[in-house]
Amino acid sequence: MQGFGDAFAAAFGLIVGLDADLVEIVGLSLAVTLSATVLACLIGFPLGALLAVGRFPLRGALTVLVNALMGLPPVVVGLVVYLLLSRAGPMGALGLLYTPTAMIIAQTILVTPIIAALTRQIVADLDAEYHETLRSMGAGAGARMATLLWDGRLALMTAALAGMGRALAEVGAVMIVGGNIDHVTRVMTTAIALETSRGELALALGLGIVLMILSLALNALVMGARVSAARMAHA
Amino acid sequence: MLRLVASGPGPEAVIRLEDVSLRRGGRRVLDGLNLAIPEGGITAIMGPNGAGKSLSLRVMARLITPDSGSVQPAGTLSGPQDIALVFQKPVLLRRSVRANLRHALGVYGVPRRQRRARLGELLDFGRLAAIADAPARALSGGEQQRVAMVRALAARPRLLLLDEPTASLDPQATAAIETLILDAAHAGTTIVIVTHDRGQAGRLADHIRFLHKGALVEAAPAAQFLLAQKSPEAQAYLAGRLLL
Repeated sequence: MQGFGDAFAAAFGLIVGLDADLVEIVGLSLAVTLSATVLACLIGFPLGALLAVGRFPLRGALTVLVNALMGLPPVVVGLVVYLLLSRAGPMGALGLLYTPTAMIIAQTILVTPIIAALTRQIVADLDAEYHETLRSMGAGAGARMATLLWDGRLALMTAALAGMGRALAEVGAVMIVGGNIDHVTRVMTTAIALETSRGELALALGLGIVLMILSLALNALVMGARVSAARMAHA
Repeated sequence: MLRLVASGPGPEAVIRLEDVSLRRGGRRVLDGLNLAIPEGGITAIMGPNGAGKSLSLRVMARLITPDSGSVQPAGTLSGPQDIALVFQKPVLLRRSVRANLRHALGVYGVPRRQRRARLGELLDFGRLAAIADAPARALSGGEQQRVAMVRALAARPRLLLLDEPTASLDPQATAAIETLILDAAHAGTTIVIVTHDRGQAGRLADHIRFLHKGALVEAAPAAQFLLAQKSPEAQAYLAGRLLL
């Protein structure tokens, strides 16, 4: 095993030299994560808004369920998606197992409840302020939801970024449904796990540093979006 | 309580509340309220705090369903946007003035191809062109109230309900709002304004309805009411005495 200092030096070398393997893994990670986040936003934003302003049977139960699903164990999601996509499963004919698409599906399932639950809270808070005005204008449920989602757009960005952070750091589900296949489904988290187990610390550390930088950047964006949202609320 | 109606609710009423009662927090806040708003002109609703003035506006705007009694709009108020309400503290969207008005036109179902022209008309009507691209919530209280009024008028309502639209505004902003109110009334919109300001009632109103403890106490033409009130409650209120 390399020494700690040697490993760090080699890791920085890989990053600065834009090592082909490292770039490929980071690129795939971002593609999978961004795709899953976009899909989760497309589902989570309207679902959260519906839970916030809709009046329908079982709304309370659905809200509890979405909140509970925020803590879904990734390996369980991985297992369920694996069973669905495996050859004997109901969606086996699609041949998606061990592909980036399978990883996107698993991450979308993990991230959607987070985005939906945060959206519900953001839209409910805004609705408390807008409710009487929009009702007096005769706005229907659809117009109300659209208005609240648009006016809460900066706060909703924090929800999307929080979901993206979760997807980026996730390892269990993508390992199960992606298989960590070199040049096909290997992403940062699964590569770090593999390289560490093999004692190849340089690539693991290099990926870990990139992952940390991305995580910090995401958190900075979340903070910036929160500040902008607070400023916009009073603007 | 003695109820004096100098100009009774005739068949020309644009909206009529009949024996409307409402309880809130175990208290009867509207108590068999009978209120008729004449078609055309400006009607001021006056009365002390807790008289039910704002609640009666919300009942007329169908934001609150009374526990008993009936709300009878005239046949001219058949559409959902024939009645518009402007709140004392307007809530504008987190957008520019122009975008707020464009949003209202969308909600009111104005066809897309007509929105640009209507938007221009509204900005001109409210004298808002100079601040059209400013964030609406960054405007002064008076400017925000003007935007809220113009937004309500975007629906071309037949009945415009104003809940103390100039409360806590300076005289200049109050004058701008009153000009808008008079312009809207001259354009044919029936206006109901809740106000505590005797001077404002005198400047704007054609009719006055005086409420106390959730019921109508006096209804009269504005000039007549302001000159000589018949009910002891209205006399005490306009004399500045506390009404308990």
